[in-house]
Amino acid sequence: MTDISLQLQEQVKAAAADKRALHIVGGGSKAFMSREVEGEQQTLSLAEHKGVISYHPVELVLTARAGTPLSELDAVLAEHNQMLSFEPPRFTDASTLGGTLACNLSGPGRPWWGSVRDQVLGVRLINGLGEHLRFGGQVMKNVAGYDVSRLQAGAMGTLGVITEVSLKVLPRPSDTRTLVFESSLDEALSMMNQRAAEPKPLSAACWQDGRLYLRLSGAHAAVSATAGYWGGEVLNEADRFWQQLRDQQLAFFTEEGARPLWRFSINPTAHLPALDGRWLVDWAGAQRWYRGEADMAEMARIASAAGGQVSLFRGGDRSGEVMHAQPEALRQLQRNIKQAFDPEGLFNPGRLYSWM
Amino acid sequence: MSQAEANRGQVDREALARRFRAFIDPAYVISDDETLKPYECDGLSVYCEMPMLVVLPETVEQAQQVLRICHAEGIPVVARGAGTGLCAGAMPHPEGVVLSMAKFNRILEIDPLARAARVQPGVRNLAISEAAAVHGLYYGPDPSSQIACTIGGNVAENSGGVHCLKYGLTVHNLLSVELLTVEGERLSIGSEGLDSCGADLLALLTGSEGLLGVVTEVRIKLLPKPEVAQVVMAGFDSVQTAGDAVGAIIAEGIIPGGLEMMDSHAIVAAEAFAKAGYPVDAQALLLCEVDGTEEEVQEHIEAVENLFRRLGATSVRTSHSEEERARLWQGRKSAFPAVGRISPDYYCMDGTIPRSQLAHVLTEMDKMSEACGLRVANVFHAGDGNLHPLILFDANVPGELEKTEAFGARILELCVDVGGCITGEHGVGVEKIRQMPKQFNEQELSQFHRIKAAFDPAGTLNPGKGVPTLRQCQEYRSLDMNIEPNAGAQAQHEGRCRHD
Repeated sequence: MTDISLQLQEQVKAAAADKRALHIVGGGSKAFMSREVEGEQQTLSLAEHKGVISYHPVELVLTARAGTPLSELDAVLAEHNQMLSFEPPRFTDASTLGGTLACNLSGPGRPWWGSVRDQVLGVRLINGLGEHLRFGGQVMKNVAGYDVSRLQAGAMGTLGVITEVSLKVLPRPSDTRTLVFESSLDEALSMMNQRAAEPKPLSAACWQDGRLYLRLSGAHAAVSATAGYWGGEVLNEADRFWQQLRDQQLAFFTEEGARPLWRFSINPTAHLPALDGRWLVDWAGAQRWYRGEADMAEMARIASAAGGQVSLFRGGDRSGEVMHAQPEALRQLQRNIKQAFDPEGLFNPGRLYSWM
Repeated sequence: MSQAEANRGQVDREALARRFRAFIDPAYVISDDETLKPYECDGLSVYCEMPMLVVLPETVEQAQQVLRICHAEGIPVVARGAGTGLCAGAMPHPEGVVLSMAKFNRILEIDPLARAARVQPGVRNLAISEAAAVHGLYYGPDPSSQIACTIGGNVAENSGGVHCLKYGLTVHNLLSVELLTVEGERLSIGSEGLDSCGADLLALLTGSEGLLGVVTEVRIKLLPKPEVAQVVMAGFDSVQTAGDAVGAIIAEGIIPGGLEMMDSHAIVAAEAFAKAGYPVDAQALLLCEVDGTEEEVQEHIEAVENLFRRLGATSVRTSHSEEERARLWQGRKSAFPAVGRISPDYYCMDGTIPRSQLAHVLTEMDKMSEACGLRVANVFHAGDGNLHPLILFDANVPGELEKTEAFGARILELCVDVGGCITGEHGVGVEKIRQMPKQFNEQELSQFHRIKAAFDPAGTLNPGKGVPTLRQCQEYRSLDMNIEPNAGAQAQHEGRCRHD
């Protein structure tokens, strides 16, 4: 439980005075997502800036410092039978709340329970002028001013140093069960989208290696009845399967260490062209993982045709762009926004895009 | 000085109308005062202003061309949907053009398998759910104006509704938008997937009140329609007990589809109006709707009923048919017109508070009500802490509107003081701009201005709304400290209209 925000603010001001780039680091568990950057960047560490500031289970609201490890939040929430409903990945034990928001990472339940961006209610942020600002709040609804809090999701720290996050949390479902079906990729895509359109307590839908996994969560009677209608084989140790999917510990992610990992965020019903590598489908089709050597421009064409975007998530050539190419007008707009928060370009230059 | 300020009063209305009529159906370029009149205000009719011109383009290219011309000439542009907003966010600018998106009223695509719809911004909120119903799907956010309000306006205001505790606000149900910048450039933000690379611009645009761009197309999520919904109504003999009951439901692990509270004034007014069978002697009334599968609803309804009884509800009643459910909701849904019947006028506020502060806030509000001699009735989205105090007044009594506004301002300040905010779903617009400095300091407001400048450096998109200038803030602050009452009073009366 330490508040080092004044120290962080001083470090930002000093960097601004010297026009020196800063590399914002929480637990460092997602460093692999960054582009490779040239030149020296001083580390601005949030690891010590941690602790839950307030938690009101009845309000479903928790506020914590950005450097708080997710494991600490899990423990606090579990006492009241609540959870981070966006199921953020814990790539290591060090994964923090701030890093999760900056990278906009959410787990298998995301299409039903919302993403980290969806559940954020407010942030405190140090901008490039060294000002410590507060946006949003600790209430579910707040439309005063621009939504600076949710803007941070996916910005990877380029717009400021997130120091504090307020979140909506949810009760844990009282029951959960996972059904498994033998299925081809194409059959699975149809099935998971059809199931998602039914008013049943579906909470995750994944396909890998010829098997479709559907997770049901909710009231016991609803889970049992739906499992009865849908059939399939009940998966033992299902929690472990979903945790390994969430944290990228399944063999799909850990084997063949050197092969690049691509992330497609696309229309959930899209059928993608056959490629040499392997696929894993999550989010009922809206998030697809691909492992294989490929060319960024080619992958971007495939993603665009499927109504979405691609990123080179892990490995591969990280000296080029690792995020889907943006049209020039959108690039200019993003540069303008960057300028609005960080006029000297202090924060994480080159880590998200080469041009920002 | 911005270009807009430099050009103020320099533009010839008829000359501009002629330029627009060269590429827009002349009937859709409105320049005569009589036809302009209905555009002078939105749903908050105490603020109005006659625009210079209203245009109703029919294609994106036409809208683009309007923006290009206005940008080149430094003419303010106020985009408008159905005009149902409640914060004067669509109030025209006297030297500006109102860009009505009313002609963009087509549902372009419903994709039942992907559970998404692509619609033009002028499509009405309810029309989307009606069109999706054949697939067993619907659009989640349901503002009370959903019969009339448009999806473009919902994006601009980040509209909520009765069901947003469980199903989210507009921002949670939006996949992408097509946007025109102030220069008339087309941008596509978001995707058919659930997220996009980089900072979340879609979230930034949602609720930006028409200050950052003009939405020309929207892709939204559709949800499967729940199998069953049932509502439990419970009366309580104190607001505190009812508030505790709300907390207890959440603590039980139940997220209701809707969870509404009304205070005694609202109960009496609603019952007299709708005859829904509300307990008129109760101090507070809760409506708790549970939806989901049949099995789930059965399990949760029992739990909610037991909980209400255990916590001392004075009456508990559960709907056992769709008709009964509709009747129980009817009172709540007609609360505003019902209150309208017991008072010549009412003014609807929109603060949010942490739920635990409800009893305190209502007690303080009662004291204020007594002190200023104006009655107030409260309806409350109890699930998500969004409070709608309805201040009852008579606009024909000189000074009463001003007194009402001052009361309203103090309520919003109270909301901020207890950890809430000045607007949960109606937006800032012109109406709440004076309370913005209460919620944000000057550095934060400056950050908002720099965001605005990133999209619209000359400040011609919906000027004067959303974020106060730092000069205004100083004026408001000095007014609040009674240093310069005259300067403040003048600012307060800008744009005020009189319906005598």
